[in-house]
Amino acid sequence: MKLFKTLAVSAAVALASTSGAATAGTLQDVQARGELNCVVTTGVAGFAAPDDAGRWAGFDVDFCRATAAAVLGDGNKVKFIPTTGKTRFTVLNSGEGDLLYRNTTITMSRDADLKLTFLGVNYYDGQGFMVPKALGVTSAKELDGASICIQTGTTTELNLADYFRANNMSYEPVAIETNEEGQVNYLAGRCDVYTTDASGLASTRGTFDNPNAHIILPEIISKEPLGPAVRQGDDQWADVTRWVLNVLIAAEEAGLTQGNVAGHAAKAGSNVDINRMVGTEGDFGSMIGLDKQWAVRAISAVGNYGEIFERNIGVNTGLGLARGLNAQWTNGGILYSPPVR
Amino acid sequence: MAATETSSSSNPSLFYRLFFDKELRSVTIQVITMALIFAFFFFIVNNAITNLEAIGKGYSFSFLWDASNYDINQTLIEYNSRSPHWRAAVVGLINTLLVAVAGIILSTIVGFLLGVLRLSSNWLINRVVYVYIEYVRNVPVLLHILLVHGIVVNTLPIPKNAMMAFDGTLFLTNRGFYTPKPLFEPAMWAVLIAFVIGVGFTIWFKGYAKKVQDATGKIYPVLWISLGAILLFPIIVFFLAGVPLTLEYPELKGFNFKGGLVLRPEFVALWLALSLYTAAFIAEIVRAGIQAISHGQTEAAFALGIKPSRTMSLVIIPQALRVIIPPLSSQYLNITKNSSLAIAIGYMDIVATIGGISLNQTGREMECMTIVLAIYLAFSLMISAFMNWYNKRMKLVER
Repeated sequence: MKLFKTLAVSAAVALASTSGAATAGTLQDVQARGELNCVVTTGVAGFAAPDDAGRWAGFDVDFCRATAAAVLGDGNKVKFIPTTGKTRFTVLNSGEGDLLYRNTTITMSRDADLKLTFLGVNYYDGQGFMVPKALGVTSAKELDGASICIQTGTTTELNLADYFRANNMSYEPVAIETNEEGQVNYLAGRCDVYTTDASGLASTRGTFDNPNAHIILPEIISKEPLGPAVRQGDDQWADVTRWVLNVLIAAEEAGLTQGNVAGHAAKAGSNVDINRMVGTEGDFGSMIGLDKQWAVRAISAVGNYGEIFERNIGVNTGLGLARGLNAQWTNGGILYSPPVR
Repeated sequence: MAATETSSSSNPSLFYRLFFDKELRSVTIQVITMALIFAFFFFIVNNAITNLEAIGKGYSFSFLWDASNYDINQTLIEYNSRSPHWRAAVVGLINTLLVAVAGIILSTIVGFLLGVLRLSSNWLINRVVYVYIEYVRNVPVLLHILLVHGIVVNTLPIPKNAMMAFDGTLFLTNRGFYTPKPLFEPAMWAVLIAFVIGVGFTIWFKGYAKKVQDATGKIYPVLWISLGAILLFPIIVFFLAGVPLTLEYPELKGFNFKGGLVLRPEFVALWLALSLYTAAFIAEIVRAGIQAISHGQTEAAFALGIKPSRTMSLVIIPQALRVIIPPLSSQYLNITKNSSLAIAIGYMDIVATIGGISLNQTGREMECMTIVLAIYLAFSLMISAFMNWYNKRMKLVER
């Protein structure tokens, strides 16, 4: 009875203390903090990985820096939060991260059910297969009965199951948590095939001792539009981040580069598209809660989309990826940014 | 009103007494502590609920009935990518059980052996075991798992160059250890029935032998007669029934062996690593248990003319078990919980299925983690309950 009384009193006291959480807009939070929390991978060479000096570098990283430059005026004011495929959405949804650039495929269930807002596509990818050349396989249709190493925590398992079921083939899945352990298994011959997004395969192959002994099969078995995301429910922040991405793509189309952006911003030129982006005509920055120079800062920090691509994952890098689908629509690709106007 | 006044006037310093009266103070402190604990948990739970609601995400287990859309390599029950998530969870649960039970058995055997060898009077054996134990139990178990897995996949041949034994019936590769698979014919029932009869007879015979021994002192060779009843009798029936068994041999087809039974490298690596790691702890527990029995007990038994083997089984071991069982239980719990490291090498246990791929595909992290937590908790409590029951049975009966 005494214990019961103790419990009752305790519960009453506990109920009296409630938790109230007031949230300002993410943009204001980021500006007050003076730092952008960007959710990235734990390390995919070329996309997001710390370099020799311990500084984060890569394709996704540069988009984070561009956003920080637009919002805070300095592309280095970013805190990178490395996450696994499993933890990325939790980190974003819990408010630990402000923005997610993490080789994340846009899907309906993630958009609607996981309560994310996707901002657009920064890389058009698709799931592919890598096999040792010595195996003599030239098509994914010949993979019946193979053992396949999968990096778990992605949409990869689902695509693989669908593809093999559709083609009436069998396989042995070996699902592994990290890319590193997946590579160990693949190189040791535990699996015949390694599968993940084609960009990831290129990145992985680039780290092998002998990259030429492995080929990436021509079949791309899924659409993987990789794009950034923010939490659902903060439209202003979604607008800011979406238009940073769009303006980097539009800048390439208009010929605005890291080198010439300062010159264009100094005085209005004859190209209206450029004038609008650099703020010499109209005031588009104020529509998203920023100033006129927002795009100038983003582009001078990391360059336009094409420059970011070539510097991190282009043909002259270890990954050696061609632009392919990721070329501007004017160059045979499908990259097509809505206009800034 | 009047009542309150009288009570407060008779206790003018109730507030003071709440903190300085010896009896009341202990209650006050307990109430405050409990309130803080409640407030803490209330805050955590409330926070989770508020935040989930704020982003419009409910807490629902209905996703468990949706198709899982992924495949699993080691499935002991029927499963494919069309099966629902709950079935994937069951597949994972069975895989966890399999490696936990296999690990408990192997670690117990190896642990007891090592524990006894550790006490050997032979200097070399004693030291070798000592070094082994100190090395193994001072390196994190995850490293052992990665090491054993690395050795298995890197040193064993690929299927094309498989190591063969017994004229192409056993194959050893880095994708698994393949053996023929027995396919039973209907007459196998007779063998099964013979086995059940054998077990029943053994139980009866044990009781009978004890009765005879109590009455006359005559000792029957119980072990041999039991073995004969449980093993030899069904084997005789098996041959009388005309060998009702066919074997399906593994065969290299395309990339992999098809048919037969397979022990996958992920299972082998996890099983060996967990067992050898835990065996080192069990060895120390067994050593402590045996050393806890004073040497006078052995001498007293010898003085009564009891044979050394019976001294061990009737005098030393029953007493040592009392010391051994409680810490042994916690090792069994450890092996079960450590099996959750399976995901590192791709063994599809409960954490890898419902707590991994399902979680990731459905985004229901709270629900999936609740399931995994509940399963591990239930598991551990069951092992605890069993070991407590066994401990009670083994306890010294005091008069």
